[in-house]
Amino acid sequence: MNTHAAVEIAHLRKAYGDVVAVDDVSFSVAEGEIFGILGPNGAGKTTTVECVMGLRSPDAGSIRVTGLDPGQDREDLHVIVGAQLQESALPPKLRVGEILDLYRSFYRDPADVGELVDALGLAGKRKDYYRSLSGGQRQRLSIALALIGRPKIAVLDEMTSGLDPQARRDTWDLVEGVRNRGVTILLVTHFMEEAERLCDRVALIDAGHVVALDSPAGLAARASGGTSVRFVPSAPFDDRLLSRLPEVRAVTRSGSHVIVTGTGELVNAVILTLAAAGVTAHEIQIDSSTLEDAFVKLTGRHLHEEGIPA
Amino acid sequence: MNTQTLPQPKALLSKTQLPKAQLSKTLLPKTAPRAAFGKIVLNEARLAWRLPAGLIFGVAVPLVLVIIFGKIPGMHQPQPSLGGLTLFPVYVPIIICMAIAILGLISLPAALVSYRDQGILRRLSTTPVPPSWVLAGQLVINSCIAMTSLLVVIVVSITAFGLDVPKNPGALLLSIVLSIAALFAIGLSIAAAARSGIAARAIGAGLFYPLLFFAGMWLPRALMPGVLQGISNFTPLGASAQAMQDSMQGQFPPAEPLLVLAGYALVFAFIARRYFRWE
Repeated sequence: MNTHAAVEIAHLRKAYGDVVAVDDVSFSVAEGEIFGILGPNGAGKTTTVECVMGLRSPDAGSIRVTGLDPGQDREDLHVIVGAQLQESALPPKLRVGEILDLYRSFYRDPADVGELVDALGLAGKRKDYYRSLSGGQRQRLSIALALIGRPKIAVLDEMTSGLDPQARRDTWDLVEGVRNRGVTILLVTHFMEEAERLCDRVALIDAGHVVALDSPAGLAARASGGTSVRFVPSAPFDDRLLSRLPEVRAVTRSGSHVIVTGTGELVNAVILTLAAAGVTAHEIQIDSSTLEDAFVKLTGRHLHEEGIPA
Repeated sequence: MNTQTLPQPKALLSKTQLPKAQLSKTLLPKTAPRAAFGKIVLNEARLAWRLPAGLIFGVAVPLVLVIIFGKIPGMHQPQPSLGGLTLFPVYVPIIICMAIAILGLISLPAALVSYRDQGILRRLSTTPVPPSWVLAGQLVINSCIAMTSLLVVIVVSITAFGLDVPKNPGALLLSIVLSIAALFAIGLSIAAAARSGIAARAIGAGLFYPLLFFAGMWLPRALMPGVLQGISNFTPLGASAQAMQDSMQGQFPPAEPLLVLAGYALVFAFIARRYFRWE
């Protein structure tokens, strides 16, 4: 039966006293998808997944995880959702094998520990104490524990933070492998590259709101549409000459420099228009926005419009 | 739709999230295999062995004290001030009190607070097994250490230092069980109140010495002035020492110290249940 989305969130709101962590978040994750929640620190990403896990109860809005209400059906929820959360650790003086064996006993139909440690590159570490593991090994163990109950959905919160680039790439391969086995993945991250590499769709969250929801390619398209041209004009001209062009979004001045931002064939339009008015553009610099810029732009604009919640 | 509009103080979040009706489900969820509790206890036992502070202070130190006290000749001479009794049988229950107090007031809360600080309890909250099972596992392990300790203390006292076999073992067992319940409940409340492991240790140690004083560690209860003895009767370790001394000497202990212990157990269990935070 595929009648339910894997995760369905509608108008989620959660405040801690006066601090609104999540203001209005809605999205829906399809079965088998890798869905990314991307945003800066404090955007409300972790609170959102904590509500999904039933660790916090929303002030308003609804959450359904394969049709279950995390507030009411915590027990059933934790059988089908495995989580790797921030700020959670394991006893330093337990061995990797003992921890895996312990967590395995929590589930009625657990995964094979041998397969799991092989897939996660922990096979040689089963006799090691948790405290002797490197950051990357701890992260991998944490992911192993999220998967040990053979969940339908895995929630991974900042799974690669603190990892070196190679360990990060290895972890990405692993997560893709997990998805290929049919597990839906809800991935919280603040790494653009990670979202780009892994996610089918990404919800950009800032200050408790979904700012954009699209495929990474879709977000990238929005970003690459943004270009800026910077130049020193040979003669004074009226800003309106450029600002009325359909390609131009904004014209700003900085000392002797003029900065024009916009989309499409911006550079050609600007130079041709200036030339027609008898102005030559010197020292031309062209910047095409990266995905990172798009993210800053999207969240930045939002911050200015809505204000930062007190 | 799960809608809650009342703002909640952050400290009580994890508490208030669970509706009362769910309490029994929370403690015994149908989805968690019961065998998991055995694994939890096994791993708590491993940790107790690998981080042996509880074993050292809860078992080894009391044993060393019994041996030292047993070797002091004065401990075995009848004291006119104690009505002709010797000091040694007076001190055996006090040493048992000390063992239970170290485990209950210091080891238990320190372990639970560190599990909370490190996010170990939080990690468990995302599995079918409730974090309360780890708390229960800690209670089981510390109770086992306490029982081991007092068994060792009593057996060594009898075999090596001529302590009389307890004349009312049933009453002694009841006194011990109630003492463990009272001190462990106070320890759970310390874990609920303390914001950090350091605070838990400070509160535990701060309670440990005065309570041990009232058990008679530095001045046997029989020698205390009337006022101090009166206070001692209503302290957990004073009541505990009194109940154990009485049952070792063959009387069924008077109801009063047992009721005092039961009262401490109930009140502090309630406080801990009400205020304990899982993260």
